[in-house]
Amino acid sequence: MAPTQKNRLTSGGRIDRSKPLSFKFNNRKLQGYQGDTIASALLANDISTVNRSFKYHRRRGIMSAGVEETNALLTVSDGKGDVPVVRTTVRALVDDHQIKSPSGFPSVNFDLGRVLDFTHRLWTAGFYNKVFKWPNWHWYEGMVRRMAGLGNLPGGEDGNRYFHHNLHCDLLIVGAGPAGLAAALSSVTSGARVLLVEQDHELGGSLLANRALINAVDSDLWISRTRSALEEAVNVTVMTSSTVSGYYDHNVLTIIDRSTVGVKRFWKVRAKEVLLATGAIEQPLVFENNDRPGIMLAHAAMEYVNRYAVKPADVMVVVTNNDSAYQVAFTLYDNGVRVPAIVDARKNIANEIVQQANQRGIPIMSNSVILNTFGTSVLSSVRVGTLSDDGKSTVNPTDEIACQGLAISGGFNPSSDLYSQAGGNLQYAAELACFVPMQCRQRVTVAGAAQGKFSLAEALTEGACAGSEAANKAGFTCAPIDVTTSTTSSYNLKAVRITPAGDSSRKWVDFMADVTVADIELAVRENFVSVQHLKRYTTTGMSADQGKTSNLNALTLLAELTQKPIGEVGTTTFRPQFMPVPMGAIAGQRHGDFYTPARLLPAHDWHVRHGAVFENYGAWKRPEYYATNGRDRETAIREEVLALRRSAGLFDGSPLGKIELTGPDAGEFLNRIYVNNVLTLKPGRIRYGLMLSENGIIIDDGVFARLADDHYLVSTTSANADRIIAWLEEWHQCEWPDLEVIISTVTSQWGVTTIAGPNARVLLQGIESDIDFSAQALPHMSVATGTLLGVPARVQRVSYTGEMSFEINVPAIQSQRVIEALMNLGGNRIAPIGVEASLLLRTEKGYLHVGADTDGMTNALDVGFAGIVAKKQSDFVGRRSLLRADDQRKDRRQFVGVEPLNDNENLQSGAHFVTPQDEGRRSQGIVTSACFSPTLKRIIGLGLLERGFERKGETVTVFDDGRTFDVRITEPVFYDPSGEKMNA
Amino acid sequence: MNGYSFLSVVRQALNGHKGWPVVWRSPEPKKNYDVVIVGAGGHGLATAYYLAKNHFIKNIAVLEKGWLGGGNTGRNTQITRSNYFWPQSAAFFDHSLKLYEHLGQELNFNVMLSQRGMLTLAHSLHELEGMRRWANAIKINDIDAEVLTPIEVKKLVPLIDLNCRFPIRGGFIQHRGGISRHDAVAWGYARAASAYGVDIIQQCEVTAFNISSGRVTGVHTTRGTIGADKISIAVAGHTSELARMADFRVPVTSMALQAMVSEPIKPCLNTVVMSPIIHMYASQSDRGELVFGGGADLYNSYAQRGGIPLLQENIAALLELFPAFSRLRLMRQWAGIVDITPDTSPLMGLTPVQNLYISGGWGTGGYKAIPAGGETMAYTIANDQPHPLIEDFGLERFESGALIDEGAASGVAH
Repeated sequence: MAPTQKNRLTSGGRIDRSKPLSFKFNNRKLQGYQGDTIASALLANDISTVNRSFKYHRRRGIMSAGVEETNALLTVSDGKGDVPVVRTTVRALVDDHQIKSPSGFPSVNFDLGRVLDFTHRLWTAGFYNKVFKWPNWHWYEGMVRRMAGLGNLPGGEDGNRYFHHNLHCDLLIVGAGPAGLAAALSSVTSGARVLLVEQDHELGGSLLANRALINAVDSDLWISRTRSALEEAVNVTVMTSSTVSGYYDHNVLTIIDRSTVGVKRFWKVRAKEVLLATGAIEQPLVFENNDRPGIMLAHAAMEYVNRYAVKPADVMVVVTNNDSAYQVAFTLYDNGVRVPAIVDARKNIANEIVQQANQRGIPIMSNSVILNTFGTSVLSSVRVGTLSDDGKSTVNPTDEIACQGLAISGGFNPSSDLYSQAGGNLQYAAELACFVPMQCRQRVTVAGAAQGKFSLAEALTEGACAGSEAANKAGFTCAPIDVTTSTTSSYNLKAVRITPAGDSSRKWVDFMADVTVADIELAVRENFVSVQHLKRYTTTGMSADQGKTSNLNALTLLAELTQKPIGEVGTTTFRPQFMPVPMGAIAGQRHGDFYTPARLLPAHDWHVRHGAVFENYGAWKRPEYYATNGRDRETAIREEVLALRRSAGLFDGSPLGKIELTGPDAGEFLNRIYVNNVLTLKPGRIRYGLMLSENGIIIDDGVFARLADDHYLVSTTSANADRIIAWLEEWHQCEWPDLEVIISTVTSQWGVTTIAGPNARVLLQGIESDIDFSAQALPHMSVATGTLLGVPARVQRVSYTGEMSFEINVPAIQSQRVIEALMNLGGNRIAPIGVEASLLLRTEKGYLHVGADTDGMTNALDVGFAGIVAKKQSDFVGRRSLLRADDQRKDRRQFVGVEPLNDNENLQSGAHFVTPQDEGRRSQGIVTSACFSPTLKRIIGLGLLERGFERKGETVTVFDDGRTFDVRITEPVFYDPSGEKMNA
Repeated sequence: MNGYSFLSVVRQALNGHKGWPVVWRSPEPKKNYDVVIVGAGGHGLATAYYLAKNHFIKNIAVLEKGWLGGGNTGRNTQITRSNYFWPQSAAFFDHSLKLYEHLGQELNFNVMLSQRGMLTLAHSLHELEGMRRWANAIKINDIDAEVLTPIEVKKLVPLIDLNCRFPIRGGFIQHRGGISRHDAVAWGYARAASAYGVDIIQQCEVTAFNISSGRVTGVHTTRGTIGADKISIAVAGHTSELARMADFRVPVTSMALQAMVSEPIKPCLNTVVMSPIIHMYASQSDRGELVFGGGADLYNSYAQRGGIPLLQENIAALLELFPAFSRLRLMRQWAGIVDITPDTSPLMGLTPVQNLYISGGWGTGGYKAIPAGGETMAYTIANDQPHPLIEDFGLERFESGALIDEGAASGVAH
């Protein structure tokens, strides 16, 4: 035995003494063994104070051996960085662990923060609501924030890898204690797909802390046989080191799986049936100074002895209100711990138990409770008192009983978090003084201690029954297996957990949030009597343990103080997560490039080779501009614009939304969607149109082509492609299912290459194609289908730049070939054009950019569609809204062009048109696009301006970042207003 | 209000805090009230308070089917800001922020307003242009706003990853924006209203309205019938249900909006951060938890719980901006039901039923509006005409088309 491990037993336990591990606690070098948790190793080394409490900075020691731990949440470094709030009671010790107490200044053993404890009477529940109002909260906030928090942000790189998994199963069994194992064994033969999930790295649950005879063999043997049987069955999957953390609607549960070192897996499981065998959590007793290091839950003390071969202290008093703690006392005694007394709140104790205590010479103090505990740094003694006849006070205080440890048992409370998350109701079981599951709308059953069956025999038999029943309910057939134990256990709890004496401001209800009985009394006095108010006002149950050992006692107190039955005060809502889950695991691989996988153009590689600088446009990576010959952004955009205006430009428009509609009612359908008249469009022709929301607001613009009588091709803006397909489907499926039309999105099927400019036609005519590109055969706003370079092609004469323009659609995979052919043919007569140049070109032409030049208030009338709306006789989406008084108002913000009076003024998008200062400055609209036009060699812009249509030529003031200057309002079209070039 | 001070805490400490009075009374309902407010959330309680304080109406009941402050008031992410685009919204929400700035003192109850700044991120140059548009609107409305460069963003929020999947190109900040303590707002108003004699009646669900010849005269509740001259509805999450009981319809859809918190850690995020593109907002509470959320669950629901897809979405978004949070653990997730109107602006004012008033449609942003919502609704009820600040937020706008679309300005697709 390593010399430091003073409290380590020489034999027994599930640790491997041949594998010593060294670790550091607050820079002190210590040793433990493989199989230890961090907490058990600390206890073995006689470390009693591990942390300071949240509010009063009191010393705190390890209080549990499980997930309910409230004190030993420490900062642990695994070499990669410090991770705070690690539950050391369930974290396996590994070699070289560096463990630190997160609080305590200068150290956890000498903490100046203790001054808060000396002045504790000031810091009651909600004190901060009563003070810190002057001059304002911000003055005090920094200090309060620095004191809060359970550790620092994790440091260093996150070395974990995170994965997501999905699984369906017929039966999900949560918890592999006696009940869960018996249930799993029962369901094996059914053929159902069974998933058994256990948070510990070993199966067995309570049996690991307290062995028993099951089916006449030692439980260790029974567990290993069970494990083999389950692992051999092809229909059963066993997951260990995995915690079911959330129970959602439709029987979907989430699991955080830590079974692989350095990997965290987040599982989503959809289960036909769920069986919760989640066990129960021992509840603390409430008495004066019940938070001293050395005081721990009774069954935790037993687990440290039996599982980890650690005695928590040399001398331990056991205090209980039920039979179960006697087993603890006997285990402690049998392993060399002196037990000076068992303090029992009950008057009548079963003879059998009394005899066993007598045999060991352990005195029982019945009808008694702990009055107070003493000690300077750690526990040194306790004082006991007798309950009065009415149980409302205590009499006959004893002398101090010396001890270094105190094992407390207030009985068990079923672990109902998941059941409650599932929407299940709990009811108060008076004889057990705890809440048990009652009914749930989801397909879930509960077995064993989780259902309030605290004896091993019941857990085994009921687990076996519940397992086969759940499998049967899932549609499979099996019978419960026979599983029995000769170990008998009794419970006989008396519902006394709170000593009716002592200073209530020193009696802790919630160790983690540092909430005392006095806080709860104060809350009730101030009328925070709803259980939710009590929780929020006192913060009981709101800390990182979510009240696993404090909610029940708080509710009991609330019921007592308000003189209501506990069942009536109810419980607060349990929410996911049962155990906090690393956020990286929930995000999984959705990070960086995978956060939103980039969509690449079909000719991406070509753009890369030709100097494209890419930018995100939604999920697409598109060439913002081409840094040909190392030119900068401004130069590139200017040269691209000029190249297109002078000769020809090539633009990759593949992300353009493309939706095909076919069927006899395709035209009728679109006619109801578009503001424009669709029915008059002849096959082979194209029209520009607007789509509106029900409120008349422009949601998208673009062209639609009639490819054949019953076949349309709709183009949406790139950004809205997904939204518009959903929009069309919604109208078709929900409102007009009678229309015969099939809507299919073909955005990524077709690559789009636009060639535009005065030389566009000449260039195109040099390409192998059966399409006639002449002005007569293919005028502006018409479409031709045929082949190009031997592949199917659709060529649309549409323009977003104001130049003669051909939009060539070919199968996406051929897109790069078309680009290469055109560029080779064009040589220096053609240049690739990036998105920014394209947007600039359309600004010169005064074309709308929906989402930039329009906002959530812009209707069809505001952009000059009044004539088209008036002419259309039939109904369309949004029409009714355009008839409303406000939509017809003359002073609406309308689409205009704008140019600064003074060429030196840097007109920028985002500036506002404002009323003169002397009229009270008010926004009259916004500059929605602005740029220096390389073509016109001056600054131009577009905007939305109140009464804009009638203000052409007016001078208006704009405001931008505190600066104002004057601009002239113009027609929105700056380039080729007659359309001569475009129609060429 | 008074009674709470450092001195009174010290004095009470000396006698074991035995002398504190109830924060609010819990009386039995009377037969009749001048005004009944349905819903004891922030808005309902504030309305009662300002009715009593500003309009001297004291015979008021606030009816609550659960526990006061238990709806969206107690479920939101506590963000307080007034960086709105349209002048009507700006005037209303900035008035609210100004009331918040002195609320702790006015109510004699510390609501822990922390004006640590509300930063909105831009992830593209076009978004930055949109932000310029937005920031200019705010400035014209005489509210503070500052456009920031990426370097300035990084300085303010050192943990942020500027080079995330959608690199950060800048942002803008409202320095007066921040967070406060939601429960304290409800409790503070409840205490102050109760002190004025307002009856706050919890566990009292309204099941029907008494309406005769187009005029409301009372309510049926699970605790009996209660008569009232005037009634106001303030039940975020259930506005359409209550309207249906009174036989009129409101253009509202209800969805679950999730919020979640990490385990508490020492201060590491000192600004409220919001990204409209990586749909996420986050702040760190005074207790040390990261409090964050994102978009609403994608289906209509009255169930106050969230699903897994949005949980994953929100956390992925948070980690994309703050990779350093990946090893922090998620402690708790919950949801509230938000009433969303077609233009994402609230509904306030008169209803088709005489003497029946409504405050709802708060969408995802009702918390920050509590003081102004209460004050203006009190005026509206007392005078039977909308307060000037909320004239444009009435139900009529859905008939006239005079919408106030803040969705567009806040970067949400329209």
